[in-house]
Amino acid sequence: MVSPSDIAHRNKNDTKKAIHTRPAAAMSILVIGLAAIAFGLALSVSVGAADIKLATVWEAIFHFNPDLQKHQVIRELRFPRAIAGALVGACFAVAGAIMQGMTRNPLADSGLLGLNAGAGVALAIVFAFAPSLSFTSLMLFCFIGAAIASFIVFGIGSLSFNGLTPLRLTLAGSAVSALLVAVSQGIAILFNLSQDIAFWLAGGMGGASWTQIKIIFPWVFVALIAAMMLSRSVTLLSLGREVAVGLGQRTRLVQLACMIVVVVLAGSAVSMVGPIAFIGLIIPHVARYFVGVDYRWIIPCSAVLGSLLIIFADIAARMINAPYETPLGALIAIIGVPFFIYLASKRKGEL
Amino acid sequence: MHRVTLSPNEKERRTRAITVLSLLAILIIVVFIVSMNTGFMRLSPREVLHTLLGDGTHQQKLILFDFRLPRIVISLLVGAGFAVSGCILQSLARNALAEPATLGISAGAGFAVIIFISFFPATTAAPVFVLPLLALGGASLTAALIYILAYRKADGLSPTRLILIGIAVAAGINACQLVLALRLDPNNYQFVATWIAGKIWGGDWRFVLALLPWIAILLPFAFYKARILNVLNLGDHTSLGLGMRVEKERILLLVTAVALAGSCVAVSGGIGFVGLIAPHLARKLVGPRHQVLLPASALTGALLMITADTIGRWVLQPAEVPTGIVVAIIGAPYFLYLLAKSKA
Repeated sequence: MVSPSDIAHRNKNDTKKAIHTRPAAAMSILVIGLAAIAFGLALSVSVGAADIKLATVWEAIFHFNPDLQKHQVIRELRFPRAIAGALVGACFAVAGAIMQGMTRNPLADSGLLGLNAGAGVALAIVFAFAPSLSFTSLMLFCFIGAAIASFIVFGIGSLSFNGLTPLRLTLAGSAVSALLVAVSQGIAILFNLSQDIAFWLAGGMGGASWTQIKIIFPWVFVALIAAMMLSRSVTLLSLGREVAVGLGQRTRLVQLACMIVVVVLAGSAVSMVGPIAFIGLIIPHVARYFVGVDYRWIIPCSAVLGSLLIIFADIAARMINAPYETPLGALIAIIGVPFFIYLASKRKGEL
Repeated sequence: MHRVTLSPNEKERRTRAITVLSLLAILIIVVFIVSMNTGFMRLSPREVLHTLLGDGTHQQKLILFDFRLPRIVISLLVGAGFAVSGCILQSLARNALAEPATLGISAGAGFAVIIFISFFPATTAAPVFVLPLLALGGASLTAALIYILAYRKADGLSPTRLILIGIAVAAGINACQLVLALRLDPNNYQFVATWIAGKIWGGDWRFVLALLPWIAILLPFAFYKARILNVLNLGDHTSLGLGMRVEKERILLLVTAVALAGSCVAVSGGIGFVGLIAPHLARKLVGPRHQVLLPASALTGALLMITADTIGRWVLQPAEVPTGIVVAIIGAPYFLYLLAKSKA
């Protein structure tokens, strides 16, 4: 139920917001963020079941000695894990940022909109029927799953009379998630894979390896570049489709390109660490708060902040209840849920 | 408002309601018979009848009375409970998409049960009667939390906010639930996983006994409040204008809905969508008057559940698909269809 006055109100808000973008803030986030990521990576490598000093980390990277066990641990276990966290964080955050901009929906997130669940079903199917499949095919299956889920969610959203309202999109996402999760649960129970799949569903970096990173990296890299190239168009779309069309944008094409980027980002992230929700929700809001409404800044800042969040959340997940790992997905949900509630209740009345 | 004579319109409506209700009842009986015959051991309708009348073989008696019948009875009760709970919530929230699962109430109830199971092994006998109470506690806490978070002094209880916050709270609870579930040993885990997926805990009359009092008290109470729901459905201002104590009645009804959902979750696990679909179908069949709508929802819900349970038992024999999964696979597309059609 969107009343005309609501729309007017929203538009007024948009124009008011549109005035401020803060390139200086953005630049400092990027610089400080990258430095923090480097520090976080080092810290992440040094924290764990076997404590390793930061100096040893330095040595393992620059003066690698294959005879030292600690160096082996760093190279083969800790490092891929930290890098995977950074990659995945960027993926989820940028996917969320693009979705929020594109649908003008503050509650968009690959987890809440069912994309992660779609990739999850694909994964459950692979686990059940072809457990020996290579990681590359696994990832491609995740892409397909995420694409199907997003197609359903957005299809339902746009079928209706007044298009993609946040409420409708969120509900469609939660229903599609429920459906897809039910399907994966069914598969898991029938094939006796429940706890395996549950571990993966809980989200965690434990399994990340260099092979996975090597396979995923090119996809993520290309998708992130594409996201940057699309960022201008996303900014236009975020002002409203009418505005974008009026300024000569081919909105259908842009939306399609955006969706492909989102699917690749979410799919590859899910295939590596499982469906972690709420990163794509929180990070773009934080980025927007600091740098204003221009997606040319929001997207790279989201990438940096997303990486940071996951790296430090992963460190926390290992430290909270050492030597056991707390599932990362749960940890992030604990931050994410209050944030979502805050966003949902900030608006007066209807969304 | 007692009328001495019924207008032809009213009469027609009444016949229609009676027809629909009896048709639903007949359908339930048909599915009931089919369900009695379905399963790993096949029994013909004649054998079922013989056994029910008291002269079956020992094995037939065992299958029917100890395995199938309790399970079917539970499905019927749970279906009716969820449906009525959903129907009340839809009227209270004045939103077609409200139900125990979307509002996070089921998740809360489930979480309480999982906490209990993770500290006490699932095999002990004591929890059966404790479970509904626990689930009720969890459900009430969640409902209260959602109510508090969604309530604003300025504009009361906005349906949109209610649902969005419900979704968020459910997501949070699910995350915590997963953490707990992963700590369980594999045996308990399997139990919890099937329970979360929504499996009727059949094979045991104790569960029927644990659930029955709740349903037997709460359903009639809800039916008794039908008129109040009719009025509340018109909106707060109208209800106030008609001299109703809106806040008190609303909380009373909310408690009823939560208690129904909680007790059902305790026995059946997280089964979503029944509370959503059943009232919708019922509303299409008999219209919005709660005097008829509530019983019709209860019957539709019972029918849906027993059908889903039968399908789950039959489709991948000898493996059983948890009922909740069957319901989600049928229910989610219907939900999406509603969503695509709705103008909200």
